[in-house]
Amino acid sequence: MFERKQLTQTVSWAAAVAAIAGLAAVAPAKAEDTVKVGLILPMTGGQASTGKQIENAIKLYMQQKGDTVAGKKVEIILKDDAAIPDKTKTAAQELIVNDKVNFIAGFGVTPAALAAAPLATQAKIPEVVMAAGTSIITERSPYIVRTSFTLAQSSTIIGDWAVKNGIKKVATLTSDYAPGNDALNFFKEHFTAGGGEIVEEVKTPLANPDFAPFLQRMKDAKPDAIFVFVPAGQGGNFMKQYAERGLDKAGIKVIGPGDVTDDDLLNNMGDAVLGTVTAHIYSAAHPSQMNKDFVAAYKKAYGTRPGFMAVSGYDGIHLIYEALKKTNGDTDGTKLVEAMKGQKWESPRGPISIDPATRDIVQNVYIRKVEKVDGELYNVEFQTFEAVKDPGKTKK
Amino acid sequence: MTSILTNLFDGVAYGMLLFVLACGLAVTLGLMNFVNLAHGAFAMAGGYVCMVLVNRMGWPFFAALPLSFVSAAAIGIVLERTLYRHLYARSHLDQVLFTIGLTFMSVAAVDYIQGSSRVFINLPAALEGQFDLFGVGIGRYRLMIIVICGLLTIALQMVLAKTRFGSRLRAAVDDPRAASGLGINVPQVFAFTFAFGCGLAGLGGALSAEILGLDPYFPLKFMIYFLIVVTVGGSSSITGPFLASLLLGIGDVAGKYYVPKMSPFVIYTMMIVILIWRPNGLFGRTAAR
Repeated sequence: MFERKQLTQTVSWAAAVAAIAGLAAVAPAKAEDTVKVGLILPMTGGQASTGKQIENAIKLYMQQKGDTVAGKKVEIILKDDAAIPDKTKTAAQELIVNDKVNFIAGFGVTPAALAAAPLATQAKIPEVVMAAGTSIITERSPYIVRTSFTLAQSSTIIGDWAVKNGIKKVATLTSDYAPGNDALNFFKEHFTAGGGEIVEEVKTPLANPDFAPFLQRMKDAKPDAIFVFVPAGQGGNFMKQYAERGLDKAGIKVIGPGDVTDDDLLNNMGDAVLGTVTAHIYSAAHPSQMNKDFVAAYKKAYGTRPGFMAVSGYDGIHLIYEALKKTNGDTDGTKLVEAMKGQKWESPRGPISIDPATRDIVQNVYIRKVEKVDGELYNVEFQTFEAVKDPGKTKK
Repeated sequence: MTSILTNLFDGVAYGMLLFVLACGLAVTLGLMNFVNLAHGAFAMAGGYVCMVLVNRMGWPFFAALPLSFVSAAAIGIVLERTLYRHLYARSHLDQVLFTIGLTFMSVAAVDYIQGSSRVFINLPAALEGQFDLFGVGIGRYRLMIIVICGLLTIALQMVLAKTRFGSRLRAAVDDPRAASGLGINVPQVFAFTFAFGCGLAGLGGALSAEILGLDPYFPLKFMIYFLIVVTVGGSSSITGPFLASLLLGIGDVAGKYYVPKMSPFVIYTMMIVILIWRPNGLFGRTAAR
């Protein structure tokens, strides 16, 4: 009896081992015709709206263009890192080692993109950054390619624009973390070079949403305008309190990179936001046919407007598709990165390309003003700076 | 001078808001000796109820406020009867683990139902903007907070000090066994008090949406503030947390205005200094219970 039990045990173990071996034998054959994209995004936490937009846009793209490219089926594996770099790293490790992904992509915030950089280098697979915006990111690994933007791109341009358009004295309010500091420094450099004066400089803690005392300080400094950078989600709080404190009535304008008037939230901010001038890469009101179709499709699928994060995700997956087309489905990471360099295409935001030297995005930056169009608030573009490279790199 | 007064006004409003948000916790933590880290979840519930009523169903803001109190209190009483009461006799660690779990569940639930985007409550036009009073900028919304919270505080103090219920509660807290021997229904008193505290949190959540923003992470983001108010205030009365809220509110606003570079640390520095000076809080009892 005892022996028999032992026998059944041995047999079942053997069966299990055989089954696993069989699976292992089958798996590589299957992997041959599948391209896996490990998407790491903040789907929970304060940056969740970024993750949601990118995920939506990627789904939309794959619905429109199909999920096969160069004879391979594209499979997305989504992991949530809640914008915490430690979690990003774990997620990237799991994706690379267990899931054997061919790309890692996404990255809601700079620290997350940086946390994954050494892994991309080690595994020799492309890291497609679809959101994070500090200049240094693409310098941290030869495998990083970016389809979002850098804060230097928009901050330098709004700095130049402001000083040429009658704004002489500016108070700055920026969130105290890397992108905030990038925005502040690049703006300051260009604004003061043109003869502008910074009368007040406040860095707000990332976690604190009550801007009232900071705004009071701004109001008392009596500047012509406030330069603002806060992460997209906080823009609503900022604009509401700006109006509550009567800064709009005191004639103090709001300028900045466009995160503060993200299309995702803009419509709920109230009329005080009218007249805000920002420089940014994308507006849902961008007047091209391609964008009109994109906005309509996105609205139909998800019921909301796409913001700049959605466009960055849409372009990110496009870049992955195009790279695979160019390599004829070869998934060698180094070849894929080579294939991404110099890609040029028309995006809903306008013409964009990947700088072959820095692997960073080259794109138009638009100056926009918040206006009411058909009863809704939009960033209406009125001036275009063409093919802007990241100024953060030319400095070195 | 006027900017000092404007800041003082903003600080008082901020402090009052902190008080309404935290005083329910002061009651459960201080009076009932129960560590309820899920307190912020009730505040969030009140905030979302108000948002749904006003934004989606078109209720007037002032009609929605009492309902955010009532609904948070109702959730409170249900949870007290079904879950919390089993933990009164358990260790503080059990209570912490249980309530923090509840907090995470509430975050996930609201995220699932409402999405993670920050929401705002549509305010009546009368509450928007500022008016000038002798050169001092008075925000209408913040003035409303001061009025509502001020009245609430007075009412609370009256209830606790002057009414029959107040004396029953104090008796039930000081010596539950003797109190029930005297015919006081201690579990009922506690259940009611707990629900009332949750209701206050709900009201606070609805009021704070405009100033602090409302999203599913509210209970986690502001937990530390609630705890600071209760710790600094001491937990044997509501006057303590009230004064602590005012002090911290004014200090936080002044810190942000006058020393913006140091602003994230001001509230913590104040807490540390006060606790060194008075380890049991401003109005804490020195003798152990």
